Amino acid sequence: MSGNEACAEAALIAGCGFYAGYPITPASEIFEHLALRLPQLGGLVVQMEDEMASLGAVIGASWAGAKAMTATSGPGFSLMQELIGYAFMTETPCVIVDVQRAGPSTGQATKCGQGDLMQARWGTHGDYASIVLAPNSVQELFEFTIRAFNLAETYRTPVVVLSDEIISHMHENMTAPNPEQIEIVNRKKPSPNDNKFFMMEEVAPMPSVGEGFNVAVTGSTHDETGRRFTADHPVHQRLIKTLVGKIMNHAESITDVETLNIDNCEVGVVSFGCTSRAVYEAVDIAEKKGITVGFVRPKTIWPFPEKIVNKMARNCKAVIVPELNMGELFYEVDRAVRGAAPVISVNKVGGGEMITPEELLTKISQSVK
Amino acid sequence: MTTEPFSMKRYLRPDLTLPFCVGCGCVNVMSSFLRAAHELGHVDLNKFVFCSGIGCSAWIPSPYLMADSLHTAHGRSIPVALGVKLMRPDLNVVVFGGDGDLSGIGLSHLIHAARRNLDILVVMVNNMIYGMTGGQVAPTTPFGAKTTTTPYGNFEYPLDVTKLMVASGASYVARWTTAHGEQLKEAMKKGIKTKGFAFIEAASPCPTAFGRRVGFRDVAEMLHWFVDNSIPLEVASKHTEKELIGKIVIGEYVNRMAPTLSDNISKMVREAQQVA
Repeated sequence: MSGNEACAEAALIAGCGFYAGYPITPASEIFEHLALRLPQLGGLVVQMEDEMASLGAVIGASWAGAKAMTATSGPGFSLMQELIGYAFMTETPCVIVDVQRAGPSTGQATKCGQGDLMQARWGTHGDYASIVLAPNSVQELFEFTIRAFNLAETYRTPVVVLSDEIISHMHENMTAPNPEQIEIVNRKKPSPNDNKFFMMEEVAPMPSVGEGFNVAVTGSTHDETGRRFTADHPVHQRLIKTLVGKIMNHAESITDVETLNIDNCEVGVVSFGCTSRAVYEAVDIAEKKGITVGFVRPKTIWPFPEKIVNKMARNCKAVIVPELNMGELFYEVDRAVRGAAPVISVNKVGGGEMITPEELLTKISQSVK
Repeated sequence: MTTEPFSMKRYLRPDLTLPFCVGCGCVNVMSSFLRAAHELGHVDLNKFVFCSGIGCSAWIPSPYLMADSLHTAHGRSIPVALGVKLMRPDLNVVVFGGDGDLSGIGLSHLIHAARRNLDILVVMVNNMIYGMTGGQVAPTTPFGAKTTTTPYGNFEYPLDVTKLMVASGASYVARWTTAHGEQLKEAMKKGIKTKGFAFIEAASPCPTAFGRRVGFRDVAEMLHWFVDNSIPLEVASKHTEKELIGKIVIGEYVNRMAPTLSDNISKMVREAQQVA
């Protein structure tokens, strides 16, 4: 099964009832697969006029009670940033899959890239916190899509699955667990007399429209009841601190990371997505040459597992950060390492060219000299 | 029909004061809509969901109406309304927006909603200016009008959004001004009842950011200008396009039936379920 098909099937298992999208390479198969499958289960799929409309429709459907999703690639992800901020501000659960390709602009639509990492964290304007999951296999794209819905429902926030052209177009064997064994989370609903639906660090209950709660949803600064405050400093400060805190104070339970040899390594590698697949082989070959390589692979890239990266770096002569961009994860790793070791950026962009285990091995060997 | 007398307060959140400037047409549009809902027998707004974007008229529903309301990003009210309506076809989804919001930044959504025959009512409050941001030129500003971003006069031609909606496939289209309260209310009733995409343009005075800049001394003068410049649709048909420049052609443009997006999408879902 391809990554994109696995993603679409996972959405069905997670309870997705509404998909709105706009065609874009290399994400369209998610849309096409759901266009076929979702209506069979009674769900709705609609093609919108652009990506702003796609996420807008997803947000509307979410407030009407549906678990809703869209998928796109870099150019469309840029257009969605406007409403990603709106979804964060209004605490609207929704899932956005970004299948990265080489950019900026149209770039190379069919070729892999990892240049949306920082956009996934900082893409919208203003202050916010992001939850971004980064799969490195078809199996993980399946699992993380389900988890993205669960996190969106738990924290009432947009959640991004940051895939890439390689993971999404790759065909791999995968195992779907028995549906009864899959944890599915649904949003907390209000009690009949509740009137506070926003701005709670432990996540406010979410009514749907048409349930009689007269809920006022706004992207403007608002209080717990949704009432707008366009100029009030304490309300804005309280709102933003609560919305960011809602995620960052739960960062430990959100964060998911794979590690290898981080306590006894000479050199460290931090990598995510398709690039991280080359690291395992490089670690194995280095081991045979007598070099122990530590590896941190953030499965949740945001919030970033900075303590684990820092812990590994303390043992290392160098920390290597390979990625298919001109250096984005590098800056976050460098920040987390805090001078404990030199951080080396290994970059490759365009043409679908991957960073190979051999290239990593060369960097690793150079670092221990 | 309800026998109780109309009370606007019944439909408003009790502890809020309306934000509109003195003479703003948004209050008239709000009143026309609520009178229409009242006359259709709605004692409350529980069967309505309101969506709006950014601008003064976006504040007509949000958060003042005692109802569910989604105050969205600039221009994006209609896509959000689409998501709501498709999931809850039993609810009346109504969009309030300005000419800048709906026919500037959000124009493609408006056209596509009409094309799809999305079963919602869109009320466009046309004050011919970006009012909330202080009076910049809009896609609807008359040629030659001085605004803060066209201090030497508007050098572009205005868009006739109502005619565009007719061409785009809307089920119901009407244009009135806030000086035509009764007709506007009757149009709102038809718009609410329309099964399909309904669009009502309400030409509306913005004395603060438009009226005083183009030389009106007060709101009364602006409303008189609305009345004097309005030409009923049937009369307008006897005039040339050139003669109609600067006029507001009022009336019911279209009232037709066609299957809605909700009808068509549920048909598709039924077929898909049979295949499965």
